[in-house]
Amino acid sequence: MNDWLDLLGAGPDKPAGRRALARLITHIENDTAEGSSALAALYPYTGRAYRIGVTGAGGAGKSTLVTALTCALRARGQTVGIIAVDPTSPFSGGALLGDRVRMHKLAGDPGVFIRSMASRGARGGLARATADVALAMDAAGFDILIIETVGAGQSEVEIARTAHTAVVVEAPGMGDAVQALKAGLLEIADVLVVNKADRPGVRATVNALQTMFESMPHPPPGAPPVWFPPVIETVATKDDGIEALLDAIDAHCVYLNESNKRAEHERARVEADIMRRLRDGLLGAALDCIGAAGWEAAVAQVAARQTDPQTAAGALIAALGLGEAKAR
Amino acid sequence: MPERKIRVLIAKPGLDGHDRGARVVARALRDAGMEVIYTGLRQTPPMIAEAALQEDVDVVGLSILSGAHMTLAPRVVELLHAQGMDDVLVLVGGIIPEPDIPLLHAAGVDQVFGPGAATGDIVAYIRAHLQARLGRAAYGEPP
Ligand SMILES: Nc1nc2c(ncn2[C@@H]2O[C@H](COP(=O)(O)OP(=O)(O)O)[C@@H](O)[C@H]2O)c(=O)[nH]1
Ligand SMILES: [Mg+2]
Repeated sequence: MNDWLDLLGAGPDKPAGRRALARLITHIENDTAEGSSALAALYPYTGRAYRIGVTGAGGAGKSTLVTALTCALRARGQTVGIIAVDPTSPFSGGALLGDRVRMHKLAGDPGVFIRSMASRGARGGLARATADVALAMDAAGFDILIIETVGAGQSEVEIARTAHTAVVVEAPGMGDAVQALKAGLLEIADVLVVNKADRPGVRATVNALQTMFESMPHPPPGAPPVWFPPVIETVATKDDGIEALLDAIDAHCVYLNESNKRAEHERARVEADIMRRLRDGLLGAALDCIGAAGWEAAVAQVAARQTDPQTAAGALIAALGLGEAKAR
Repeated sequence: MPERKIRVLIAKPGLDGHDRGARVVARALRDAGMEVIYTGLRQTPPMIAEAALQEDVDVVGLSILSGAHMTLAPRVVELLHAQGMDDVLVLVGGIIPEPDIPLLHAAGVDQVFGPGAATGDIVAYIRAHLQARLGRAAYGEPP
């Protein structure tokens, strides 16, 4: 086993440190034993980085926007780790990861590290992998982490939700707002961006979104402040509106800190993380206990209508001897 | 344990402005189950080596039509080796004159594919060579 702490210690601005980080990320993605033990060792050194999630439909301009945002953060002296997630082809299991095409401007800057990730299996592995890759970048010392996902699948939306600030990107065009509403994107947005503001139809899109947020219930006087997602217009290709976007993200960060929401946020993230590992671990252990034959027998009985799914699951659980556990 | 995916960087160094061939290869490798990081046009050798490092790829594919292959390809190999990536498979695709091929091999390029190469041959080459280089266990048994 490598001493990853030592390897990363070279620093993310040095080739050796960057190579170590890149190799560690591969271990994390492949869910190896080496990756798990490295994460355990690194965990005490995480928790510093601020995570920004950027999500929205394909082609909305997310990668271009991430590049412009990164340039602005670099101008303030902050280092940036980028995780760019694109979908895996369900037919071949392969993926074409093209976000770097929009990120040439960031090449050669030792304060930036870009990793492209494929969404891989749909069975929830993506949320774990991106969260753990973010932890590795955090431990490596990046100040800001930006996670770009296509806001389509459940786990992609979930990833954006676990960021400190979730930025949802729209482009002008009929029905965009409705589309985002359907995908559950507006619910998670801390900041809304209408990109491609050089295109016709911007006003209508901005107005539709603003109307939606204005209809959110206002808190009664004296109640703690509530965050209303601002709507920011940008032209990512021309760096227009990027300062305003950065200001909105800063304002949201201040809100999280002042309202104690950042601590709550961290607690919720940790709870969800342990819960997911508990669920996966318990299920795996239970299936090992039940065995292939036991599983087949239960499935066959239910398929033949000799018993029902709930009773069958109840019998399997009872056989595990966990006490009063019940099938749900 | 999930099977390890083959990761490939496809880059287009040099100044010529069309990348149809590179895109066709990128799609074929994706359809063969690989994860392909496509970096687009006009990449310099340092940009390519740095992207290969960050993405921790197993293969770097260079598509070169500009005729500058004798300067670009050896430079990429040199930079990859300088950052400890000696075991990365380096492939060159494009219009490469016959006499230059042994020179490219001598400079550390693993294989050269001309414009007529079948994408299936590229896929087969990558699979066979990564298995030989990194061991069967790393990539699963061949189908
Ligand atoms: N007109 C215009 N085009 C843009 C803008 N931002 C991005 N684009 C273009 O939109 C296309 C998709 O951009 P990309 O960043 O790859 O989108 P993503 O799929 O959401 O990551 C590219 O051709 C960009 O050049 C913008 O503000 N205005
Ligand atoms: Mg993108």
